[in-house]
Amino acid sequence: MRKEQALLFELGAPGRRGCSLPQPDLPVKPLDELLPPERQRKSALKLPEVSEGELVRHYTALSTRNYGVDSGFYPLGSCTMKYNPKVNEEAARQPGFAFLHPCQPAESVQGALELFYRTESYLKEITGMDRVTFQPAAGAHGELTGMMLIRAYHSSRNDQRKIVLAPDSSHGTNPASAAMTGYKIKELPSDERGLVDLKALRELLNEEVAALMLTNPNTLGLFEEDILEIAALVHDVGGLLYYDGANLNAIMGHARPGDMGFDVVHLNLHKTFATPHGGGGPGSGPVGVKEHLAPFLPVPLVEKGESGYYWKDDLPLSIGKIHGFYGNFGVVVKAYIYLVMMGAAGLRQAAADAVLNANYLMERLKRSYTLPYDRRCKHEFVLSAREQKKKGVSAGDIAKALLDYGFHPPTVYFPLIVEEALMVEPTETESKKTLDRFAEALEEIARLVEEDPEHVTTAPHTTPVGRLDEVRAARKPRVCWEGDEKSD
Amino acid sequence: MSGGRHYLPLTDAERQEMLAAIGADSVEQLYDELPPAIRLKDGLKLPPPLSEMEALAHLSELAVKNRHLREYPCYLGAGVYDHFIPSVVQYLTGRSEFSTAYTPYQAEISQGLLQSIFEYQTLICRLTGMEAANASLYDGATSLAEAAVASCGATRRRKVLVSRAVNPYYRQVLQSYLQAREFQLEELPLLKGETDYARLEMMLDDETAALLLQQPNFFGLLEEMEGVAEVAHRHGALLVLSVDPISLALCRTPAEYDADIVTGEGQALGNPPSFGGPLLGFFAARQKLLRRIPGRIVGETRDNQGRRGFVLTLQTREQHIRRERATSNICSNQALNALAAAVYLAALGPAGLREVAGLCLQKAAYAREKITALDGFEQAFPGVHFKEFAVRLPGTGERLNRHLLEHKIIGGLDLQPYYPELGPAMLFCVTETKSRAQIDALVRALEGWS
Amino acid sequence: MSWEIREGLKYTRTHEWVCFEGELVTVGITDYAQDMLKDVVYVELPEVGQEAQAGESLAVVESVKAVSDLYAPVDGEVLEVNELLLDQPELLNEDPYGEAWVVKIKIAPGYKNPGLLEKDGYAALVKEEAAK
Repeated sequence: MRKEQALLFELGAPGRRGCSLPQPDLPVKPLDELLPPERQRKSALKLPEVSEGELVRHYTALSTRNYGVDSGFYPLGSCTMKYNPKVNEEAARQPGFAFLHPCQPAESVQGALELFYRTESYLKEITGMDRVTFQPAAGAHGELTGMMLIRAYHSSRNDQRKIVLAPDSSHGTNPASAAMTGYKIKELPSDERGLVDLKALRELLNEEVAALMLTNPNTLGLFEEDILEIAALVHDVGGLLYYDGANLNAIMGHARPGDMGFDVVHLNLHKTFATPHGGGGPGSGPVGVKEHLAPFLPVPLVEKGESGYYWKDDLPLSIGKIHGFYGNFGVVVKAYIYLVMMGAAGLRQAAADAVLNANYLMERLKRSYTLPYDRRCKHEFVLSAREQKKKGVSAGDIAKALLDYGFHPPTVYFPLIVEEALMVEPTETESKKTLDRFAEALEEIARLVEEDPEHVTTAPHTTPVGRLDEVRAARKPRVCWEGDEKSD
Repeated sequence: MSGGRHYLPLTDAERQEMLAAIGADSVEQLYDELPPAIRLKDGLKLPPPLSEMEALAHLSELAVKNRHLREYPCYLGAGVYDHFIPSVVQYLTGRSEFSTAYTPYQAEISQGLLQSIFEYQTLICRLTGMEAANASLYDGATSLAEAAVASCGATRRRKVLVSRAVNPYYRQVLQSYLQAREFQLEELPLLKGETDYARLEMMLDDETAALLLQQPNFFGLLEEMEGVAEVAHRHGALLVLSVDPISLALCRTPAEYDADIVTGEGQALGNPPSFGGPLLGFFAARQKLLRRIPGRIVGETRDNQGRRGFVLTLQTREQHIRRERATSNICSNQALNALAAAVYLAALGPAGLREVAGLCLQKAAYAREKITALDGFEQAFPGVHFKEFAVRLPGTGERLNRHLLEHKIIGGLDLQPYYPELGPAMLFCVTETKSRAQIDALVRALEGWS
Repeated sequence: MSWEIREGLKYTRTHEWVCFEGELVTVGITDYAQDMLKDVVYVELPEVGQEAQAGESLAVVESVKAVSDLYAPVDGEVLEVNELLLDQPELLNEDPYGEAWVVKIKIAPGYKNPGLLEKDGYAALVKEEAAK
């Protein structure tokens, strides 16, 4: 049985250290003179005391208890876990990008401003939008920004709308972001095709509706083929159409949200444009808008003038700032080099391969699992384990069983409209062989459900820890180590 | 063909085989359901693709157009700081088992990240004296805004009081977040560079959800906050402090000021300035506010064999479960930056962090003394400074910075756009990364300028 | 599957049980509701003295991955809350009709016809929902 990994606080010894610092090179004043005793810290500063070697072993040990895209296949639906090119890291690490202060005079950061400007050009062309802001630090932050823009747009027309529509299959961030901008959310049902129910849409639309938030392809991986009619319906009542860009990977170079009638788009550079997700972040969620929303964008924007690039601050209708500075610049650098290398043909091929991979897997897996919406998918598809559930094995159990085959499982229990959902997004950076192996694993698990369901419900069996007790964690939350320091 | 084709493993033969397996003739057919009016006929109009070698050269050309902090000593602070980063930080955060992972939803194969986040949460609690911390937010600005929103939720009130001594960028973000919710934001005025606490009683009322302060404040001053929490609490308001984590090695902790929520910018802990992002918003609170905390939280538990393990917990607060009633919409955060902060704090340890804070204190004091001794340069405010200080200038900050750039120095922050009432003034920041020789060179460059 | 539905109580369509005693009602969640939620990990209670409005959310019951509202069955004022649940939310799974009552409400004067279900009506509702 594998042992527990000690906590940082259980390592080291008093007086040990992991870093050296210079001696002061100037006359030193007594601490009390610079910092009166009553402003000084009273409680002990309990930080780990470890050598550099111990520190490296600790985090190396932790890394072996973790799984990334570099470890193996990661078909996490809606997350576009494609391979992260290593050149991106080298490019972003250069001191000419990593060691810039955001408040430097514009003339000393011309290369950085140019990089924003060039990336904006790429993203405008890819999305069919007129302006882009990079301030949002992640997709949900982009949604929040987009909803603020929509609110500002309606307010500027003295039009106080109160409702935002989002499909029942939408990402949880959609209603949450709309709520953070004071909107009331109404759920738009999906029809038997798995697409927006047009009849329901017509009934829900009125002049109170500020916007419809849509993901296209949607979270079932299906393209909303009525999109032009949807856009016309929303625009007819004066509403705006918001594009959740989580699934843009399926259509890059094949179609553009701007041409479909979307007014606002957010992108996830950490999904579509191959920047690493960092174990939960940093991401980057740029927002693109059509001309009529551009005056409301956050300040500042990058402009190109006669004497170089500059920050434009005077946007009187701007929603203000939504990030302390300009968003996750370091992530934008990585996405930019990806765009530069892929070019138009490469992006188009990447999208097509992502769609091909998904359809190939779907075709094979629908023999072992239920496929509730059996039509051509885009970059992802959603299976249901409802037949397996009848044998007492849930989608969650199947996910855990996959861990023993060395795969990261698909997204489970989302979208909410599919019972026992398994949402699979293979991405374009996987080979046919990997897909075949993954399919074999899922097929074997389906067989095990029939023959030895307990093996599945007790999985995983080979991971560093077994199933963890989430109820215990939530009932008596321990979110901070309260034990005593130990030393070796 | 594109320069990134080596990211796409499918061969043409495999594509054909796979198309046959799904009963399609061509890749084009996979897009059949798209209305013809929106299908891109001629493809995207983008520059021709570059190979890896050409792309790197292109990026380097852009990078060399920038004057970076390893090249020119920089005296800017204002929320983003130039602190020394031990090599071990970049080395360990670069391990791709961490950096190429998604959010740790599958706990059994994510114990590395989950444990490291738990350790990070503990480190933030130990720095601040709070009892709970989350896994990170985007930056110090959004972290403060989230604290304001959480306070409104916890107190069921709709007004927030913020000091004018709080970072002006943070106040702008706060304004955007609160305005969207139609929460009211009022500003406590300044007195000699510090919050005018004489006005506190008058401005706090029974609708005030929170009092938002910064310590050290935007001008680098450690404010006298004794008794402030008591006044806020008497009115039923929460005390929210935005703090510099480095300062906490030496300065009184937010817990010792009886704060309820602590937020701040954690970039200084092992993350490069990166032109303002990725940064690291930290967020910590008292136990009673645990369920008001936005974003992800990792908790300790046991596995089915009784071994210690870690999971994402209290997830019902979050958007993927509570949707429009979530505490926040945040999903992706700044996990890798939080990991860097944890490695940094562990590498420095208590002694190292105290040394860094001490060097900041000493060097900033030295620079302040030298600069304000120059003709025309006056200390803007008295008081106890940490690593930043404001100076009144004999000419505009914009002109001074152009002058300094000619001397290969990146000057401080021109305060005029944010605090026009001060007249020409500049905020200087001096950390342990500045040598005495560099500070002396700055002073020489200032001397005689007007 | 079968779930306990007690005699002598009234039920809502949102799976609360209601016990009338003069001008006072005690409210909790049904056996069916606790089983659908699975392990309850947290309960958010209203404040004593808070106004209750029939059909509006009064308390929140959470499991690891689900959140469920407890809706007020009548108009009135919150008289008492079961603070035991704060420390022992698992009582809601173990004894939903007994120790794990959630709130007591004083019915607003003149409030009539709450439109609640009898035992049989609720049993039919549960049967219908479970079949879905």
